[in-house]
Amino acid sequence: MRIDPARLSASEQLRRSARQRRARKLVGHAIIYAVMIALACVFMLPIFWMASTSLKLPRELMAWPPEWIPSNPQWGNYAEAFGKYPLARYMLNSAFLVAANIVGALLSVPVIAYGFARFNFPFKNVLFILMLSMMMVPGHIKLIPLYVLYLRLGLIDTYWPLILPAYFGSPFFIFLMTQFMRTIPRELDDAARIDGAGPWGILYRIIIPLCRPALTVVVVFTFLWTWNDFLEPIIFLRDYDSFPISVGLAFFQGRYSIEWHLFMGATLVSIIPILVVYFFAQRHLIGGLAAIGIKG
Amino acid sequence: MLSTWRKLTPQERRDAKTGYLALSPWMVGFVVFYAFPIIATIYFSFNEWTLAEPPTWIGLDNYVRMFTRDPLFVSSLRATTLFVIISLPTKLVLGLMLALLLNLKIPGMNAFRTIFFIPAVISGVAVSLMWIWFLNPDTGVVNTLLSYFGIRGPLWFWDLHWALPSVAIMSIWKVGGAAIIYLAGLQNIPAHLYEAAEIDGASKWSRFWRITLPLLTPTLFFQLIIELIDAFKIFTEAYVITHGGPLKATYFFLYYFYEEAFRNANMGYASALALFLLVVILSATVFVVRTSKGWVYYEN
Repeated sequence: MRIDPARLSASEQLRRSARQRRARKLVGHAIIYAVMIALACVFMLPIFWMASTSLKLPRELMAWPPEWIPSNPQWGNYAEAFGKYPLARYMLNSAFLVAANIVGALLSVPVIAYGFARFNFPFKNVLFILMLSMMMVPGHIKLIPLYVLYLRLGLIDTYWPLILPAYFGSPFFIFLMTQFMRTIPRELDDAARIDGAGPWGILYRIIIPLCRPALTVVVVFTFLWTWNDFLEPIIFLRDYDSFPISVGLAFFQGRYSIEWHLFMGATLVSIIPILVVYFFAQRHLIGGLAAIGIKG
Repeated sequence: MLSTWRKLTPQERRDAKTGYLALSPWMVGFVVFYAFPIIATIYFSFNEWTLAEPPTWIGLDNYVRMFTRDPLFVSSLRATTLFVIISLPTKLVLGLMLALLLNLKIPGMNAFRTIFFIPAVISGVAVSLMWIWFLNPDTGVVNTLLSYFGIRGPLWFWDLHWALPSVAIMSIWKVGGAAIIYLAGLQNIPAHLYEAAEIDGASKWSRFWRITLPLLTPTLFFQLIIELIDAFKIFTEAYVITHGGPLKATYFFLYYFYEEAFRNANMGYASALALFLLVVILSATVFVVRTSKGWVYYEN
């Protein structure tokens, strides 16, 4: 049926075009959702497959065609994985390294950033640029001298090489924190100074409490990077019992005949702390990345 | 230095002292964790040194060996360059496309952002192990799906020609990390520009090429540099999955460096390798920065 548009009243025409627009929008949304859901499924497939495998019986691993969702999920696999591999031990080691690095970053970064953000002194710009340029230096260049240094000091196979650097501030965090502190109005410092606060009182009572968003970014990134770090632990640690989870997982491969159902369970367990931190802190994480991307 | 100091008022001197005190952890850290190791690596690269004996000065021999008679140097450089060439542009383009999708204003988009970013936050080791199983030639998901269409999938990590692309695909899986940064850039583009363009009758296509892309170039530039440095440092995948194989197809530069230094204890030669990689990364970065004046758009 064709309707001559000229016969319709103006208000009817308006209503129609509004309805059409709404319908078009709805179809558009449906298409977008379909595309996004399809993409998300593709992206999540490796993780889904890991989870699915971790619940299978050994004989189901090689089954053809494979079972996508195990009909008889073996939750006991997880207990077996924890019993067979020193998984809990490795996760605790990682947790300790994470905690020690977070403490280090929180102690050093705000103080250093405070110096850059609030005080003037000769060569400040040179020092700031020097610090920024260290962000560009790939870590591998430092490994041999540091390894030899730690060897001479008897620190190989201890956690010190993996902890100490955090206590001297990482350039990336210092930069982030300095930029953040610069946005805090100096009038607050002045008011506190009139009330008799010294420079350190101002830092700890006025500035640090206002820096919570930036501090959260520091904590979250330190967590992720320390938990995921691989190259430095394999160089500085030797004792199997001292491995963090990343190295531990990689070594399960070589040491045990691979039982993939247990192994995938262990891998899944190893990323759970990361996922938890990520879900709770994603706003800060993304905000932090964005701040760097835009200012950097 | 002293004359600058004398010119300061007492208050300024007090401030300067507090400033230096605040910076002192970083200055100590700079000397111990940056300046000393970098200078020492340069020095070691002119020595033969296996840790058992003190280093012996051999001048440029390490470099001569590297450039003239080291097949491993050549193959590791080739594998790394190939990896950068495959993964870097793909990641930049796909990341942008994903970010454009994630930037659409429809309800529930945050959930998708969360999902796509997950691969970028989990560790290289966990990702590697997951993908060994995922790309398993017999029982892996990909070859199973291919077999439904009657296609025999390749051996992936265990195939001479497919190993390197497989590692690249795995790294492209982490494209969400790039997308999130693009997304922040996209959300920084003022909405009034689009409104004005729409009034002028500009199509969606031309709005993308005339507004979105130019205003996103600073983000693209930043992302290009980050990803470039990152791609040259590929290591974990080679260590965990392929051990550099098959037939050195994935023997990446940093893995070669690691084996020379910490398995064979050739500290002198490994230092030269480390320095070479640094020079490659820095020159690539400088090259990108130089060309950036031509294509990066700054509002001011």
